[in-house]
Amino acid sequence: MSMPTYKVIGTRPVRHDGADKVTGRAIYGADVQLAGMLHGYVLRSPHAHARILRIDTGKAQAFPGVMAVVTADDFPRTPDRIVDLGEGETPLSCVRGNMLARGKVLYRGHAIAAVAAVNMHVAEEAASLIEVDYEPLACALTAPDAMRADAPVIHGSLRMKELGAPTDTPGNVAEHFRHVKGDIEKGFAEADLIVEREFDTATVHQGYIEPQNATALWNNDGRVLIWCSTQGAFVVRDVTACVLDLPVSQVKVTPTEIGGGFGGKIPVYLEPVAAMLSKKTGRPVKIVMSRKDVFEATGPTPGSHMKVKIGARKDGRITAAQAYLAFEAGAYPGAMVGPAGMTVFAAYDLEHVTIDGYDVVVNKPSTAAYRAPGAPNAAFATESVVDELAQKLGIDPIEFRLKNAAKEGTRRADGPKFRKIGCVEVLEAMKNSPHYKTPLQGPNRGRGVALGFWFNVGLPSSCTISVNSDGTVNLVEGSTDIGGTRTSIAMQAAEVLGIAAEAVQPTVVDTDSVGFTAVTGGSRTTFATGWAAYEAAQDVMRQLKERAAKLWETEAAGVEAAGGVFRSGDRSMSFAELAARLGETGGPVVGRGAVNPRGVGGSFAGSIADVEVDPETGKTTILRFTCVQDAGKAIHPSYVEGQMQGGSVQGIGWALNEEYWMSEQGAMMNSSLLDYRMPTSLDLPMIETCIVEVPNPGHPFGVRGVGEANIVPPAAAVANAVCHAAGVRLFRLPMNPPAIMEALWKPGGKSSQLVPRNP
Amino acid sequence: MKWFDYAAPKTLSEALALLAAHPGARMLAGGTDLLVQMRAGRKPADLIIDIKNIAELNELRYERASGLTLGAAVACYRIYGDAAVSRAYPSLHQVASLIGGTQIQGRASIGGNLCNAAPSADSIPLLIALGATCRIAGAGGERVARVEEFCTAPGKNILAAGELLVSMHVPAPRPGSGASYLRFIPRNEMDIAVAGAGVAVELENGKFRSARIALSSVAPTPLFVREAGDWLTGKPVNGESIAGAAEIAKAAAKPITDMRGTKEYRRHLCSVLTRRALETAVRRAQEVQ
Repeated sequence: MSMPTYKVIGTRPVRHDGADKVTGRAIYGADVQLAGMLHGYVLRSPHAHARILRIDTGKAQAFPGVMAVVTADDFPRTPDRIVDLGEGETPLSCVRGNMLARGKVLYRGHAIAAVAAVNMHVAEEAASLIEVDYEPLACALTAPDAMRADAPVIHGSLRMKELGAPTDTPGNVAEHFRHVKGDIEKGFAEADLIVEREFDTATVHQGYIEPQNATALWNNDGRVLIWCSTQGAFVVRDVTACVLDLPVSQVKVTPTEIGGGFGGKIPVYLEPVAAMLSKKTGRPVKIVMSRKDVFEATGPTPGSHMKVKIGARKDGRITAAQAYLAFEAGAYPGAMVGPAGMTVFAAYDLEHVTIDGYDVVVNKPSTAAYRAPGAPNAAFATESVVDELAQKLGIDPIEFRLKNAAKEGTRRADGPKFRKIGCVEVLEAMKNSPHYKTPLQGPNRGRGVALGFWFNVGLPSSCTISVNSDGTVNLVEGSTDIGGTRTSIAMQAAEVLGIAAEAVQPTVVDTDSVGFTAVTGGSRTTFATGWAAYEAAQDVMRQLKERAAKLWETEAAGVEAAGGVFRSGDRSMSFAELAARLGETGGPVVGRGAVNPRGVGGSFAGSIADVEVDPETGKTTILRFTCVQDAGKAIHPSYVEGQMQGGSVQGIGWALNEEYWMSEQGAMMNSSLLDYRMPTSLDLPMIETCIVEVPNPGHPFGVRGVGEANIVPPAAAVANAVCHAAGVRLFRLPMNPPAIMEALWKPGGKSSQLVPRNP
Repeated sequence: MKWFDYAAPKTLSEALALLAAHPGARMLAGGTDLLVQMRAGRKPADLIIDIKNIAELNELRYERASGLTLGAAVACYRIYGDAAVSRAYPSLHQVASLIGGTQIQGRASIGGNLCNAAPSADSIPLLIALGATCRIAGAGGERVARVEEFCTAPGKNILAAGELLVSMHVPAPRPGSGASYLRFIPRNEMDIAVAGAGVAVELENGKFRSARIALSSVAPTPLFVREAGDWLTGKPVNGESIAGAAEIAKAAAKPITDMRGTKEYRRHLCSVLTRRALETAVRRAQEVQ
């Protein structure tokens, strides 16, 4: 199939917001300053699980400089209902309960009350004067602990949903689901070799550099105005309206620039609280989280306990695969175990599969999305077992995966059948990469590979494009720009309009000024908002052809446009020439695009990791790392490569050092960027990238979302590399130096063990 | 952060007078520990005394005969930026360059690292190994203490109310001497030592004439392992001797398990790091011989 040729798509123009970002002019949430603005501070629970017996705010209220104090009691107690959180639905009671605790605190860092004062120091000091009496309760911190029969019950009202149906079973398991395909027993009976392993992964945080923040003004006309750092301004609008019991039209949210999100800036924590403080004081109120608050009280990704069992024939064909996935939701149900179940075996074309997933509440912060949520955990388990099978069967790990790779027509165990996908192409590109073709030499060194899948989402997006008389256009959109999407969206409009990317001025606007647009998440923005821009640009072109027809006194149907030139017969006019004559042909031209696209194309990514393990300290050095990913069509290759490198680095962080280090009482002991060890530039080689392009038939330009699949395989690839370097396989993330030394010290630790099975 | 008063005395006597009048005052040199602690609500203070304008606390002077005088407020960058100091004490150059990042090194001082008395302080094991002493001033006059006596508990030191650290003195390097500090961190920079070893050796005729070994992050205070150095004295310079000293250091360590590492792992690291640091120190000693 020949690829269409493009003028703008596939080039690398300078990003539209680049100058403001590199000169420090860009306005972030904490930069917002309003006349008469107060500062808010949130008091948080020191206990991981406790009953709240009494809250007395009297002394704080009386403290000089304090203007208001709020607790959960200040908020409307509207009946519970389901609200859309942007990437999923959840009961209002959970959203509200997480914002300010009522009755019980469910994790350390759970918000109790908030103070607004003349400055942040006064607010902080006043908050320390709020008296809270707690009755501490036993806590459950991991999925296996919380699933025990004698575990402390976190939500008295929780009843398990079992295989889609409600039950009367109380406890901490919110849901158990199962995906079945084929006959698992039959599949294992056909295997020559079965490997079954148990895996654990730690709670990890997205680690965005900008903390959550919100500034709110409850205006005298009754409207609530909000400025904040969010991945979805409309989610903030809708959730805030819900919590405050207002119509959505009464809330206006202006998204500021965002210093990273990775899924963690979809949930709403501060905005309704700042709004309520503003209502009480009549003044705007700003709240900015500290780093400790970000770690302790926003949503990390679930820790998980998993069992994966895979059987294969001697020729390397997988006969059956089974997974048990128990994920920690944190304080409220919703552990992203669903996506783990969708992705755990998605890279393989399998006949016999069973997948069991458990959504388990624990006394840790309520988890949020984190870049392909659930999938990196699951891939760590699956790809470790696949590596062990390939090793034991003496088959090259990429060849092994090629023998089993998912392709067009493969049906996943959770239901969907793949359309055109790039799984095989990604594996071929890995095999042919300069990295894989270069032998790795030297002691204590090892190479690992792994494969990962993320399904991506569509969801609604809106855009308008207005034509300027100088031949440029203004593009108005509602997607927070995290990874360069202003430019990747503008480029799709420019391609349709036949003008340069620089001739499109993209602006991300507030919720009053653009149609509904869902979150920047699910790798959807370049795909879906890009599609809205494509539609808006098509709308502009339809109108411009009519204008040209008017000038030429002909039919619009006879006007053709290509490469920024309109033609009819031997007459022609450039985009800019026509744009200058809109006034005389009927006035301004504004195009609109509003879409809810369904043709999402999933993305596959592969990682190749070379590591060296110091056998005396257990420290792993990443020597070389390559990310291969199917982008469908890379609109702006630099930003695709940026996503691939970013996801790879975060995955390396999962692999080596990142974890919530919890005390037995449920306190996070390493809630700073000093002790929560994300990799820095000094810990990494340049991440090599290889973009594969298998166009998505469901998008006008073939786009597949690229934001997430890249984080799925790195931890598994590093784990496999560590195994080949050190001679020990680790089954828990992170594989930090003490963990590697402990594995080396174990009797027989130098050799990887095989579970001998004769089904 | 709560309100506090700030004073920036120009002389040592002014500073001592302020300190005598405000026993709860805290010293500000680079502030890289103090400001973090104050923001976190630990160790609040009503008065902050900025010591960066006092001549004696900013002195950085090396003389071949008498050694190095290192003022308590001298920032790390001045140490590694001074060619004579770096040549005479490569190990000190090394330590000044590994504390924090470039911005931190522009403010943070070795004196502050000592007074902060963290078990994980990177400079203290080396200062102990180098045989450094502290000049302490108070209302009643001055006294001198050895660095290994300075820290008394995590975050605690021997300074009495009204006293401050003026400077440290490091003896002049003797012929055939070499030193090194080596820490283990899971990342490559910007991290707190899981364990560390500071060592200094003096070689003569293929034997250890003397040696001093100290450890970080494996006890409530930086730990001087006198017996490990004593054991090396008179032993031939070879791997066996070094391994023996490393085992003694390991046996002396009293680590805890925390988020930075387990006890067993830290004890193991003491042996690895002491051995590796001794190897570097011996190499340095042989290079200057």
